[in-house]
Amino acid sequence: MKREAPKSLADYSPLFFPGLMLIVFFVIPFSTMIAVSFFQRDPSGFYTPDFVFTNYARFLSLFFAKVLGFSLMLAVMVAICCVVIAFPFTFLLTRRPRKVQTVWLVCLLSVLSLSEVIIGFAWSTLFSRTAGITNLFVAIGLMKEPVALLPSFWAVLTGMVYQALPYTILVLYPALVRLDPTLLEAARTLGASPVRAFMNVVVPALRNTIVATLIMVFVFALGSYLLPQILGRPSHWTLSVLITDQAIYQSNMPFAAAMAVFLVLMSLALVGLTLLVGRRENAL
Amino acid sequence: MRQTFLRRLYFVAIALFLAAPLIVVAGVSVNEKQDLAFPPKGFSLAWYAQIFADPEWRKALIASLSLAVTAAALAVAIALPLAWFLWRRIAPWANVFQILGLAPFILPPVITALGMLTFWATTGFYGQPWTAVISHAIFFVTLPLVTLSLGFASIDRSLVEAAATMGADDRTVLKTVVLPLIRPYLVSGYAFAFVLSLNEYIVAYMTIGFTLETLPIKIFNALRYGYTPTMASVSVFFVAVAALVFGLIAKFGDIRRLLGAMSSET
Repeated sequence: MKREAPKSLADYSPLFFPGLMLIVFFVIPFSTMIAVSFFQRDPSGFYTPDFVFTNYARFLSLFFAKVLGFSLMLAVMVAICCVVIAFPFTFLLTRRPRKVQTVWLVCLLSVLSLSEVIIGFAWSTLFSRTAGITNLFVAIGLMKEPVALLPSFWAVLTGMVYQALPYTILVLYPALVRLDPTLLEAARTLGASPVRAFMNVVVPALRNTIVATLIMVFVFALGSYLLPQILGRPSHWTLSVLITDQAIYQSNMPFAAAMAVFLVLMSLALVGLTLLVGRRENAL
Repeated sequence: MRQTFLRRLYFVAIALFLAAPLIVVAGVSVNEKQDLAFPPKGFSLAWYAQIFADPEWRKALIASLSLAVTAAALAVAIALPLAWFLWRRIAPWANVFQILGLAPFILPPVITALGMLTFWATTGFYGQPWTAVISHAIFFVTLPLVTLSLGFASIDRSLVEAAATMGADDRTVLKTVVLPLIRPYLVSGYAFAFVLSLNEYIVAYMTIGFTLETLPIKIFNALRYGYTPTMASVSVFFVAVAALVFGLIAKFGDIRRLLGAMSSET
């Protein structure tokens, strides 16, 4: 049976249910959200229909600029840390026996699937005064007495790198596992040391993959909404936290929706960029 | 020699980084009294019993499990016909649905959550338990869609052609050839969606957060009012469930292929 174009209406029938579900429960909610971003806030309920730009005008405040700037900076730092740590690791992992790879992948998936709540709770315990890592430093004589390492910026960054690292490795994995091993062998035969061969052959060959991964991890990190709350101070709140806060606690859905629309546009632009980078790689 | 040593060191460092918070949580969870202490003082598994014995935690556990079981099933029910159609037919415009299926997962989760919140609030169903099932199914439809697309791509089309030549119609081919071949991908797609739905916080919180507590919501609420060791034992329980599910996928399927390695030979 070859692939063929659908001829009758019945041939389309498998599409009915998925199409209906995706349109009703994704496209419509998404459009509702865009519509709500132009609505007026109604302090007594959710909102009243209208067409105003006031929700978007609030972006021009210093407070919003600060939150946006901080979110972008944090996501960039997370992306860079993750790719720097994950790239050599993933490369070495793909050269290991299949069994070793499988065990690592199972562990990575298990960590990746963990709820942000659990990651936040686990790191807040590890950074706490009573049960934290500083007790270990005291025990081996590095510190005088245990201290709490949170709330702080470094705690937020560590938590977010922890959350994004398995994701980074799994995004890099397909490209690295398919890398032609003869490339490296050639470099080695010509006398390059393993580190040199890695830096001068593997890294340049996968330059576009690295850029695409940086963007993917950046978008992933933008979505973090609990870790800044659990591990940081209010000054470490990101755009995602602010959206949740406005929608739930301030019941200002229109403003939350406007910020969400902004976040979508930014993410979409970046994902589009990734696809463009990926296409260039395939063309080469 | 030196290189092997350095590589081992690097691997051990990453493993430690990934395991450290979980080790501490596991340690804290066996404290005898209600302290947040590590290394644990005394040893007790009472906090694990609490998950099932305490009515509040048990309720959250049941809510989470029923949500994950049904949402993952619905996600597969949406993804299967779509992936099958895309494999069986040449209809370029139908790729729109594939993009729609991938979008919720790629965008920051807070966006899907807020979209669902506005939608359910507008339609007046806000807070009903089943709204979370649909929301999660849409949010996680990406996972079965990806695994099933991989599964269909791996089917040798000559097998299907052979069946058709022998006189099997579409339905028979689907039942006797296609479905058995993609079953591992179907199961892993379901398992991925199940585990992630179990752990999901923000979408569940924005749809049913005020009427029903799932385990992640319960942990977060408990976290805001201070510490109970049950949070630690529930976390360990979650890690164990995830490791078990992914371990089973690895044992009975090819997890490397699912994650993008070209063939099982390399």
